[in-house]
Amino acid sequence: MNNSNEVPLIFEMSSPGRRGYEYPDCDVPSEKVTDLIPSRFLRKKAADLPELSESEVVRHFTQLSRLNYGVDVGFYPLGSCTMKYNPKINEDVAKFAGFQRIHPYQGEETVQGALKLMYELEKYLCEIAGLHRATLQPAAGAHGELTGLMIIRAFHRDRGENHKRQEIIVPDSAHGTNPASAAMCGYRVVEVKSNPRGGVDVLNLRKITGPQTAGLMLTNPNTLGLFEEDIVEIAHIVHQAGGLLYYDGANMNANLGISRPGDMGFDIVHYNLHKTFAAPHGGGGPGSGPIAVTEELEDFLPVPLVSMKDNSYYLDYDRPKSIGKVKSFYGNFLVMVKAYAYIRSLGAQGLLEVSEIAVLNANYLMRQLQKDYHLPFDRSCKHEFVLSAKKQKAKGVRALDIAKRLLDYGFHPPTIYFPLVVEEALMVEPTETESKETLDRFGKAMRKIALEAMENPEILKEAPHHTPLRRLDEVKAVKELDVNWYKRNPSSAM
Amino acid sequence: MRYIPTTEKDREAMLKSLGISSIEELFNDIPEEVRFRGELNLPPPQSEIEVLNSLRALAQKNADLDRYPSFLGAGAYDHLIPSAVQHILDRAEFYTSYTPYQPEISQGTLQAMYEYQSLICNLTEMDVANASMYDGATALAEAAILACGATGRGKALIARTIHPEYRQVTQLYLESRGLEAQYVPYDRGQVDLHSLKNNLDEDVACVLIQQPNFWGLLEEVEEIASLAHENGALFIVCVNPISLGILEAPGNYGADIAVGEGQSLGGPVAFGGPFLGFFAARDKFIRQMPGRIAGATNDAQGRRGFVLTLQTREQHIRRERATSNICSNQALNALAATVFLSLIGKEGLQEVANLCLQKAHYAYQKIVSIKGFAPLFTGAFFSEFPVRTPLPPEKINKALWERGIIGGLDLKAYYPELGPVMLFNVTEARTREDIDALAQVLEEVANE
Amino acid sequence: MYPEDLLYTKSHEWVKVEDDRAIVGVTSYAQDQLVEVVFVELPEEGKEVKAGDTVATLESVKAVADVYAPVSGKIIEVNKQLENQPELVNQDPYGEGWILVIEIAGEEELHTLMKVSDYQSLIENELKP
Repeated sequence: MNNSNEVPLIFEMSSPGRRGYEYPDCDVPSEKVTDLIPSRFLRKKAADLPELSESEVVRHFTQLSRLNYGVDVGFYPLGSCTMKYNPKINEDVAKFAGFQRIHPYQGEETVQGALKLMYELEKYLCEIAGLHRATLQPAAGAHGELTGLMIIRAFHRDRGENHKRQEIIVPDSAHGTNPASAAMCGYRVVEVKSNPRGGVDVLNLRKITGPQTAGLMLTNPNTLGLFEEDIVEIAHIVHQAGGLLYYDGANMNANLGISRPGDMGFDIVHYNLHKTFAAPHGGGGPGSGPIAVTEELEDFLPVPLVSMKDNSYYLDYDRPKSIGKVKSFYGNFLVMVKAYAYIRSLGAQGLLEVSEIAVLNANYLMRQLQKDYHLPFDRSCKHEFVLSAKKQKAKGVRALDIAKRLLDYGFHPPTIYFPLVVEEALMVEPTETESKETLDRFGKAMRKIALEAMENPEILKEAPHHTPLRRLDEVKAVKELDVNWYKRNPSSAM
Repeated sequence: MRYIPTTEKDREAMLKSLGISSIEELFNDIPEEVRFRGELNLPPPQSEIEVLNSLRALAQKNADLDRYPSFLGAGAYDHLIPSAVQHILDRAEFYTSYTPYQPEISQGTLQAMYEYQSLICNLTEMDVANASMYDGATALAEAAILACGATGRGKALIARTIHPEYRQVTQLYLESRGLEAQYVPYDRGQVDLHSLKNNLDEDVACVLIQQPNFWGLLEEVEEIASLAHENGALFIVCVNPISLGILEAPGNYGADIAVGEGQSLGGPVAFGGPFLGFFAARDKFIRQMPGRIAGATNDAQGRRGFVLTLQTREQHIRRERATSNICSNQALNALAATVFLSLIGKEGLQEVANLCLQKAHYAYQKIVSIKGFAPLFTGAFFSEFPVRTPLPPEKINKALWERGIIGGLDLKAYYPELGPVMLFNVTEARTREDIDALAQVLEEVANE
Repeated sequence: MYPEDLLYTKSHEWVKVEDDRAIVGVTSYAQDQLVEVVFVELPEEGKEVKAGDTVATLESVKAVADVYAPVSGKIIEVNKQLENQPELVNQDPYGEGWILVIEIAGEEELHTLMKVSDYQSLIENELKP
């Protein structure tokens, strides 16, 4: 058995008496703890944290990091996730003490730089979306969705229509967060079908839209990477019925300076600063999901907004119609700093180029692959495209096997099994930060895998072969649930 | 553009292979009326050094805690952070990776998640923890929602001694879902047990408290747990993780769900974010928990490995019936907490908790002995305490700032009924000198 | 694959009628679609349900499928064995993998269920590429 890539758990390395950090001695007169706090409040048995030296801790996590694949390691065409390169300067500026070491409750006069950054970032985001005002408070895209839906609810309540508008429409191709956010906001979810061109079926939309409609959530380009050609009509139908249009900004990387959601008729837009504006994903977070809204909805935004008076910036809490707060403080500030630095680096021309090249790269790659993989919608894509492994399935090879085989070729695979409307979906988003050579190499690997699927399907089904670990047993992980080391090792407690 | 490798030559070759003459043709399907033909009104692009200078200029307009001692807490705590934490976070394999959906090439993130969950469980003495939430406030809100689902009841009793912003977030989450939030008043700085008892009925799904509470005071947790449980309600506690070096763990006094703000564990105050919501619960709630969970398993060759498990709870599979809509979380902050706890270890956690306790009590004694300053409540506290002030806190903070000290929090906006009150917080990062300087200015202010 | 003596639904449940009791499970087609059932969420015994209500949920690692009540009535028994051995749904869908028993409220609903031949042609249609 090869155990070389099994890294011991930090708990298994612990040795009583070691330490990785020393606190300064107490420089004030020390009192007995029981004199300060009644013993009924005190912990009887200390938390059994691992005990290691600094070097052991650093080596442990360094070793773990080497089992990971990131954008800095290689191509990461994970559809819908916009895994573009994360510029290093953005990381550097986010570490300035003037950003990292300021307290959210400091006096406004002591954080004018931070407030200015937020004020300006809001302006930029509104300009890019073609909307009026924005909140930077939501911590992630899904959090932005929830906030947007809360605003939709507040809007209808303000007009005395909340009780009858209890439905949110989402396309059958929508991100899972859309229906989940709508449900979290207490809405009934109604699905609108896709048409044969991959867009919203307008006839179906007409049928299901009415006085019960609170709003429609839409991604444009949609999750198939296709622009909703009927967007003007779609917006008209929903507005006509008294509903609002929510724009899921996960796919905004195709639209910078190309087409603005506000101009398309959307009332609310969320951004994923960790996608479109190059903040890193951090292994799953933190993200940042600001939302921009029309003038009509401005009053409902969460408090505080950053406003300006007499040439100084302040936190504006005096907003009586606000929905309140969706998060403590003001949002994921350091992520905002990175996005701000990115927008300042690129400017209008640079952002336009981002979307142009993102779309060019996606089309270039799509056309390289359409001979070997089924392309369900044969039209120009935007920043991403969806293939189907239908042909390969006939040989018993699934999208999952293709994804796993790509790992052997050194690539992160595309998103698989999403959107749900495409059988055996492979969703590829190359982004603009990849060179033609990288796209060609990936295309070559995908074509080779298609060939393998025909000639030697077993090699795919057992893939990956060259990764730190082989395929993992996810059934065992559910059936023999082990999510807490201490539970399994109670005897180790000292 | 320095982040785009495509040259003019590449562009032409790619267009040629697509059989088109311009990129514009790829946008032909966008209806003209929604095609943006202008130029975005944004500042001109900057070179790297210009960006660095612009951002530095903004950063320098802020009074950072490297230069000024602060006595603010209230949900954002300035603790010492071992140097090694940032170095691990700077590993690009960690910070430039996505959610670990491909476990074969994500063992680093997954194993760190498993270690994090285990550490949170051990700190709180709970059975299971998820891989993180956005922050303490949203973790609390999600806990209340879980409780309503698990009990089939529609109301949460929320102590008014909980952080005001946490209450605001929780109330909004509950009400958006058609659930009810009801507040429990306080009595002498603690949950009013009498009132709690009177408000417990069969509609109550859960009782929410914070330990130590917003004012830093300790709640009678065992009694509250009994009251909640006698009524069939869940007991949800929001804890300060550093305090658990000294204070009893919520799992040992009957908490069904323990949540909290994990920023103190290796994270900077960062103007309020990104922070780290932690969420831990009893075993029986695991299938109702929000967020990602890493679990141990084996690979095809029998080696130990980790995967995301119980994914059917989540939005990408269960959609509108998911336990939560959360997708992106605060993974890198959870990693920071894992590294931090591994570095300070068993002894370190007790030490840092004790340092906070001792220094806060030293500061408290000094401040309340100044004429005009008086304790607001007399109950036991951990590292924060509210003080009645002889002048409006605004004025006091102004005087402090003139001397380069960032004072306490003015509670006027949150508890107007209390009159002029300031909330002070002292961590191990403040020296005796800092505290003495604070006390001296307060004394001068009081004598003016 | 599909026993002759059972009745079927469009949502892939099977029903075995024994006097006024309907034993309910999912067909071999349904369990095959789920690949490997890892968790079964069962209802409480004694619950009154209407035909079409969700009465149980089957989970695989990456999918969730609802089980609908084929007929109205009272749930009088659930297969507790599935709590520890959800794989029985895959291994023996018509035997030990049964899910629950409903006390049939009205026999007329049984006429809405499919005979095996109709169910078989439904499956053939679903499997068409």
